[in-house]
Amino acid sequence: MRRQLEGSRAVAEAVRLCRPRVIAAYPITPQTHIVEHLSQMVADGELAAECINTESEFAAASVALGAVAAGARAYTASAAQGLLLMTEVLFNIAGLRLPVVMTCANRAVGAPINIFNDHQDSLSLRDAGWIQLYVESNQEAVDSMIQAYRIAEACELPVMVCMDGFFLTHTFEPVELPEQAQVDAWLPPLRFSRALDPVAPATLGGGSEPDNYLEYRRAQHQALDHAADEIVSTAAAFQSTFGRTHGALIDGYRLDDAERVLITLGSVMGAVRDTVDALRERGERVGALKLRCVRPFPAAGLVHALRGARRVAVLEKAISAGAGGIIAAELRAAMHAAGIALPVDGFVGGLGGRDLTPASIEAVFAASAAAGPAPIGCQFVDVDAADEAARPGE
Amino acid sequence: MDRRDPFRLNALTSGHRACSGCGQAMAARMVGDLIGPDAIFVNATGCLQVFTTHNAQSAWQVPWLHSVFANAAAVASGVEAARRGLPGSERVVVQAGDGGTFDIGLQCLSGMIERGHDALFVCYDNEAYMNTGVQRSGSTPHAARTTTSPPGRLSEGKRHLKKDMLAIVAAHHMPYAATASVAFFPDLKAKVEKAMRLRGPRFLHVFSPCPLGWDHDAAASVQVARLAVETGLFPLVELEYGAVTGVMRLAQRRPVEDYLRLQGRFKHLFKDAHGAAELRHLQALADANIRRYGLLDATTAWDTGEAGRAQRGGRGGYAPAHGAAS
Ligand SMILES: Cc1ncc(C[n+]2csc(CCOP(=O)(O)OP(=O)(O)O)c2C)c(N)n1
Ligand code: SF4
Repeated sequence: MRRQLEGSRAVAEAVRLCRPRVIAAYPITPQTHIVEHLSQMVADGELAAECINTESEFAAASVALGAVAAGARAYTASAAQGLLLMTEVLFNIAGLRLPVVMTCANRAVGAPINIFNDHQDSLSLRDAGWIQLYVESNQEAVDSMIQAYRIAEACELPVMVCMDGFFLTHTFEPVELPEQAQVDAWLPPLRFSRALDPVAPATLGGGSEPDNYLEYRRAQHQALDHAADEIVSTAAAFQSTFGRTHGALIDGYRLDDAERVLITLGSVMGAVRDTVDALRERGERVGALKLRCVRPFPAAGLVHALRGARRVAVLEKAISAGAGGIIAAELRAAMHAAGIALPVDGFVGGLGGRDLTPASIEAVFAASAAAGPAPIGCQFVDVDAADEAARPGE
Repeated sequence: MDRRDPFRLNALTSGHRACSGCGQAMAARMVGDLIGPDAIFVNATGCLQVFTTHNAQSAWQVPWLHSVFANAAAVASGVEAARRGLPGSERVVVQAGDGGTFDIGLQCLSGMIERGHDALFVCYDNEAYMNTGVQRSGSTPHAARTTTSPPGRLSEGKRHLKKDMLAIVAAHHMPYAATASVAFFPDLKAKVEKAMRLRGPRFLHVFSPCPLGWDHDAAASVQVARLAVETGLFPLVELEYGAVTGVMRLAQRRPVEDYLRLQGRFKHLFKDAHGAAELRHLQALADANIRRYGLLDATTAWDTGEAGRAQRGGRGGYAPAHGAAS
């Protein structure tokens, strides 16, 4: 059914269709509407779930952990300060290999405190052992939520669907919502093999020592690696049932003969596509690539997709302070490991909700094109001119 | 195969790695066996978690889950929510040390109670962070020596008071909150059984001596626990919806010195006039407990003397305090 919905509502509808039995959350802008909508659905009897309104995000993640360990499908959502407050538990969920699914309504991390969008929150947790999917549109958010449960439960790994705060969560777009029966057929109820059960008592979360911890961690790393195949096959299965795809690990745009490619993630990809079209009309051989999956990092897919490119620019809304762009560094490492000498220019912009306009994106393409043989390490996009004069950057 | 056999159950079986004389190991075994096999246990980080699970080994014969230090009550909330409306009859039990209860776990515990989860939270109180090497906690008693509240030229041990955890918990007006002790098994048994008959959030605070951290003889754990009760330093009481409904009367009141002298953690108090002043403070704290709960004149069906005899084969059960309906 096609409906005009706010992003948060659309996500809540998608979660409802997945029939979680336990929903636990703590309010934080811009995640709040998602949980409010879910609470209303439970209050109205449209969703048979337990809504646990916890006293913190730390507890919300813990409730989701406990619920899944007891065999129930669970959902939580957060952003920024809340996501970081969950950190200890998020690592723990991944280490216990529990298929928890959550939405991150991406928001900047304080200080200074800022409620608006960037990707610092979830990208800071890239090492937590969660699968991370970044979506471009509300439709992709809906479809990715449904895919997320299937991926999580197949791999026994948690999945975080990252959607841009405000740009997506608070924006009305037409979305196609699948029918309940369709989703039920595609996503059977959770059957968690290690669920706590007095009939067959087992210990979950016991201590480990130097003689086996390394092997646990290696197994987790390998599970994430293998999850790539599941993400791809799930996207394909989704497409054959529901008729839509947004790419699996990556989603290329006009890459065929592209010499210069801009890589980004999240909702800014829409404006990037338009900019590519505009530049193409002017005869520039440019393309774009959406990084849909940050973990597992699709190194092989990127190397393959960029085989024809001469130069790549990464535009990202997060920074590893003191090092530079996170995705740029990972892409450089992937290229290096593949023995490919492809210059990767790093751009950081859109932090704390700063709009990345088509003009900013064009400027990124232009800066990358004009750069010399040495790649741009980390350049800030649209820095305030007065600030730049006072504190010149690179 | 259904492994639930209440008659054969050792919830916490042998082979674990607790120190000899560990009060927490005794208490957890008592609590686990009394609750029986039809339960899911959620454990906070701490000695109990560490000494019962090691690599792929586990001393638990009941389903048992450990996540992190602070979140046991929230994890249990999730387990309980997940089981709601399903056919099984299993109950949810949370286990934590005093650190995982009084301090880092307090927020999650408060949330669990406020939301009314049907779970029993058991705090094994050994009055310090033992697992990390005996650091002071919010439960460490005044003047006790720990590695982070060391006596010294300017210090008589822990400067602050032991948090009144039972009052904090009871202020949530929950169905049941009680203290118990490894030294009074029939009382502990009655309280666990009562707690398991009730629904909603319940709290059991079990005094659990730690020979390593308290620096007493491993064979003296039960004696030390008994004296904590008999001096009035650890009153055995029950509260229902915030009101005191049960008090264990002290058959014989002992001076706090009898309790303190057995433990190296209070040794510095017997050295000089500063220590003597702290001893008076500790006696005053015990006296305040005695007045507050009426520990000397409570009209209970049994007192600490009888409960001691009962342990050697006498009658069991637990009677309400004076004035309270049974
Ligand atoms: C967040 C966090 N902080 C600190 C620790 C280190 N730590 C592990 S157990 C423990 C103390 C446990 O004390 P308590 O809860 O009293 O239990 P006990 O070991 O005394 O039984 C500490 C500080 C930890 N595991 N996690
Ligand atoms: S340190 Fe104390 S609480 Fe920990 S195992 Fe030893 S005796 Fe028990």
